[in-house]
Amino acid sequence: MQNRFPLRALLLASAVAMAAPVSAAWAETPADTLVIAHQIDDIISLDPGQSFEFSGQDVVHSLYDRLVDFDPLDLNAGIKPSLAESWEVSEDGKTITLTMREGVKFHSGNPVRAEDAAWSLQRAVKLNKSPAFILNQFGFTADNVDEMVTFDGNKLILKLDQPYAQSFVLNCLASEVGSVIDKETAMQHAEGEDFGNAWLSTNDSGSGPYTLGAWRPNEAVQLVASEEYWQGAPAMKRVIVRHVQESSAQRLLLEQGDVDVARNLTPTDVEGIAGNDELKVADELRGRILYMGLSQKDPLLQRPEMIEAMKYLIDYAGMESSFLKGQWKVHQNFLPEGYLGASDENPWTYDIEKARQILSDAGITSGTVKTVVRDIREYVDAAQTLQAAMAQVGLTLEIQQMTGAQVLDAYRARQVPVFIGEWGPDYADPNTNASTFAHNPNNADDAGLSQLAWRNSWAVPDEMNQAVEAATLEGDTDKRVQMYLDIQSQYREIAPIIPMFQKIEQVAMQQNVQNWTSGGSVTSVNYRQVTKE
Amino acid sequence: MVQPDMTGQPGRGTPPPAGGVPSARAARLRRRARSLGGLVLSLALTLLGLLLVTFVIGRVMPIDPVLKVVGERATQAQYEAARIAMGLDKPLWQQFLLYMGEVLRGDFGRSISTGHPVAQDLRRVFPATVELASLGTLIGVCVGVPLGVVAAARRGGWIDQIARVVALVGYSMPIFWLGLMGLLLFYGILGWVGGPGRQGIIYDGMVPTVTGLILVDSLIAGDWAAFRDAFSHIVLPASLLGYFSLAYISRMTRSFMLEQLSAEYVVTARVKGLSERRVIWGHAFRNILVPLITVIALSFGSLLEGSVLTEIVFSWPGIGQYITKALLAGDMNAVLGGTVVVGTCFVALNLLSDILYRLLDPRAK
Amino acid sequence: MTETTRAWLLSDAPQTRRQARMGALYQGWLTFRANRLAMVGLAILILLVLVAAFAPWIAPQNPYAQNLAERLKPPSAQHWLGTDALGRDILSRLIHGSRVTLFIVGTVALIAPVIGLFVGTVAGFAGGWVDQVLMRITDIFLAFPKLILALAFVAALGPGIGNAVLALAVTSWPPYARLARAETLTIRNADYIAAARLQGAGPLRLLIGHIWPLCVSSLIVRVALDMAGIILSAAGLGFLGLGAQPPMPEWGAMISDGRTYILDFWWVAAMPGMAIFIVSLAFNLLGDGLRDVLDPKGGRE
Repeated sequence: MQNRFPLRALLLASAVAMAAPVSAAWAETPADTLVIAHQIDDIISLDPGQSFEFSGQDVVHSLYDRLVDFDPLDLNAGIKPSLAESWEVSEDGKTITLTMREGVKFHSGNPVRAEDAAWSLQRAVKLNKSPAFILNQFGFTADNVDEMVTFDGNKLILKLDQPYAQSFVLNCLASEVGSVIDKETAMQHAEGEDFGNAWLSTNDSGSGPYTLGAWRPNEAVQLVASEEYWQGAPAMKRVIVRHVQESSAQRLLLEQGDVDVARNLTPTDVEGIAGNDELKVADELRGRILYMGLSQKDPLLQRPEMIEAMKYLIDYAGMESSFLKGQWKVHQNFLPEGYLGASDENPWTYDIEKARQILSDAGITSGTVKTVVRDIREYVDAAQTLQAAMAQVGLTLEIQQMTGAQVLDAYRARQVPVFIGEWGPDYADPNTNASTFAHNPNNADDAGLSQLAWRNSWAVPDEMNQAVEAATLEGDTDKRVQMYLDIQSQYREIAPIIPMFQKIEQVAMQQNVQNWTSGGSVTSVNYRQVTKE
Repeated sequence: MVQPDMTGQPGRGTPPPAGGVPSARAARLRRRARSLGGLVLSLALTLLGLLLVTFVIGRVMPIDPVLKVVGERATQAQYEAARIAMGLDKPLWQQFLLYMGEVLRGDFGRSISTGHPVAQDLRRVFPATVELASLGTLIGVCVGVPLGVVAAARRGGWIDQIARVVALVGYSMPIFWLGLMGLLLFYGILGWVGGPGRQGIIYDGMVPTVTGLILVDSLIAGDWAAFRDAFSHIVLPASLLGYFSLAYISRMTRSFMLEQLSAEYVVTARVKGLSERRVIWGHAFRNILVPLITVIALSFGSLLEGSVLTEIVFSWPGIGQYITKALLAGDMNAVLGGTVVVGTCFVALNLLSDILYRLLDPRAK
Repeated sequence: MTETTRAWLLSDAPQTRRQARMGALYQGWLTFRANRLAMVGLAILILLVLVAAFAPWIAPQNPYAQNLAERLKPPSAQHWLGTDALGRDILSRLIHGSRVTLFIVGTVALIAPVIGLFVGTVAGFAGGWVDQVLMRITDIFLAFPKLILALAFVAALGPGIGNAVLALAVTSWPPYARLARAETLTIRNADYIAAARLQGAGPLRLLIGHIWPLCVSSLIVRVALDMAGIILSAAGLGFLGLGAQPPMPEWGAMISDGRTYILDFWWVAAMPGMAIFIVSLAFNLLGDGLRDVLDPKGGRE
């Protein structure tokens, strides 16, 4: 065996490899391509009838159009026509008829018809995946949906079981589950009774501004502009969203000019790029609420004085100005700012003395409670801050970190004494939060509900339950606003669920990126209006 | 972090069969075939055990996979429907048999955390890890072997001391910390290497996938820009892994060489007046090749399974990160599939070094 | 030490068994002492033990005391190593964290080699199907990606420092079993074992009285060399959020906390990183020195 040869060859090869010019020229990204660093490992499906994760909805939003939608350049203007040109509500308020826009085509070339719209809603209800409940609120069930949702020519007819407020219905139709799917294409790929679900999970069949280039889970999503888009071809011909887990990595990519937009920078990294003239940061108020839930099964936490005292043991301002800085603002109501009827009253402050007084008046001088928090930096830090504050009044908080799935599992089983976490609205109507924070029709253990009130074992008073239900039926918007304000006011008095902060998304981007929107508090990200100068 | 196995025991530690009496060639071959058959059988048993253990762990784990599928807002009815659709209502042994049947047909099922078939995911993530581990091992061999040989030849000299410190520092460094710092320095400040990920984002999906190894694929496509880009991204994480690999390989090389250099034939060769170079490279080094190959194979194996933290720090979409993520989501199909692949590689590498050992080592005959 | 004791210890012709044993130990100590790097390692570890023992008295501040106004402050006279994201003194946390590190290392180093020793020697000594079964099980655990197996255990048992230690122990015994088995195979047929057997010693007595003591020295070397790996694995679990739970100042978890701030506030992650590095380096230096003393094969380097 001649042994010297391979070794020398290896050495030579490695020398060549080391000497090769390593630093490719870091040109900035091409002018017609938008490159985004984002955490997108939550996507499990791109089927509008199934997708219910933040990043998945971001993708679905660009692949599909909905009957009605928000204007990405003016989110505050509210619901605008999209694939439906106009709509009218019947006298009794129980039938809505939408007229479809003519001449719009799916990416396949098929025309967008009322039939496709009806089928899309029907299949979402029949598939009965996570987002189906948004449509089921109108009384749709798998059995009756074929009669409730029908079409006639270019008209789509929705029959409702109650005269719901028009704003409520349209807000729900604007969510991703209301996306209009190309029925012909989807059904070609149907397997058994899945209405094309398996195929649509990894493919697109919509009429939106972008088509799906590629989706590699935990890696990247690539979107390609649809040149025939009915609202005009998007300026960005290619959108690449790369999964980058770490904030520091996202920031490095941004600073090096390898990405145009970074969406998950921590407050310190946002501060860190403040001096960089090439970059800018856009603040956008999102709908997510960071709250604390106190389980009413816990003998200590169920005492009203304890609930009251906890409200004063949270260092709102301290957290807002330190580790939550710039990304969460104090907000002590369950309706996020930007929603119809949201209250802006924030009465509680960090006041150890007051908490101590309340507790000692009630004879509480010691006690131990447990919290299970998700292993997310902000939650753990918030829990530790609370832990330190509670220690000052003689209370012990045991913190246990877990993965998202484990926390959710315990929460669903009503076994989390102190819950610290986020709630994100499911659709653009106030009922989305009211129905979960302030509504609990059945507080029994075996009811298996998904409401936050139920998960915290809180038997919501009957009058509050009824007020929440009544608010969905109120046609007069001003009256509806007042109803929600009243509910929130009472909620602050009695509820063992304490809303603390509202999310502000800080999106860092290159100076030349224009018209970016992450969707505000009401919808998902839009790419079609983005330009680069 | 998984440190390389430092015993450096060849294969499964079976002592070389006692030889001595020269036997007929045919008999020897037959015996060798039988022992190889035994090895293959034990490989199959190991893999089966691996599957069983993973399966049991997966089922007793208090992470509910159904929740990942149905999401936070699901009603009890939706939850039950999904549970039955996933086959989780069946007794455990039945689930295992069903799963085994599918695996034997080459179907690893569908991952609930990516929505894709596990086999498809694995074809994507495994090459990423292989690419990284191979380059890391290459660096480890190219630097570690000469370093170890020289350290042994000049025992106690300054090269030996440096080699010792280099190796010990390598064993002692938390890799995720070193990775973070390296990324900050070489990418963030100096801009010498590519950032996190396997490719610059602009090159994303530009090179057609043939082998899944981007370096190789870009060469096949003749796309030099893509090759340079991919190389600039892999060089830092591969160097880090290479460092750990070289720490191990250089120490093992040194101790093998020391053993050889004190052997009688080396003394004889020196007495015969052969040059020191000839003695070291021509005689002693030649004799350590077989155990060295074993060491390199083991080191490669441990990089394949041990690069989880490197992958996380460098956003490297490899199998370690894939399994970890799946595990935390209760995505057992993905965990099982990934573990089978990694376990098979590990066992196969062991088997390979065993076979090499038996075929090449004169004492084993 | 007086000259006479020294002479007694180094005597070529020991008069008693005790003198011989002490002499061998002393010889070993001399070899070890000559290895300067190993002595450095030993010194660092003694320091670590002292720091851990007197942590509450040494630490300048309460490791749990938060002060959001003083967060992320660079090293200064008041906070020698700076403060973390919740304004806690990093030096005090490192000092208290040394207890956690010692706990982890100590416990794993007690459990894993014992399991390995037991499995390995039984397999090697019994042979036949017992050997086959035990070694197959060992192989299965070896073939598992180690960190992932540990992750799975922690996920199954729930996060926490105790479970992390258990998971590390459960995943790190197989190499010890291999080693112990190999040692057992070489001594199984030795004459003195046969002699003991003839004297009527049962298998259990042979195992405990004759085989275990001979396996221990190579295991100790191996353990010393593995300590660093154990610290790093524990830190890796902490880094993934599955080890120690807040507010416990575990070093790996501290790095994990600090990585969020790594670009602007490097010391938050760098300080615990340095601590881990120094301690595992010390263990490696010690292990290297011990190998020279104890390992009969590669020894006397």
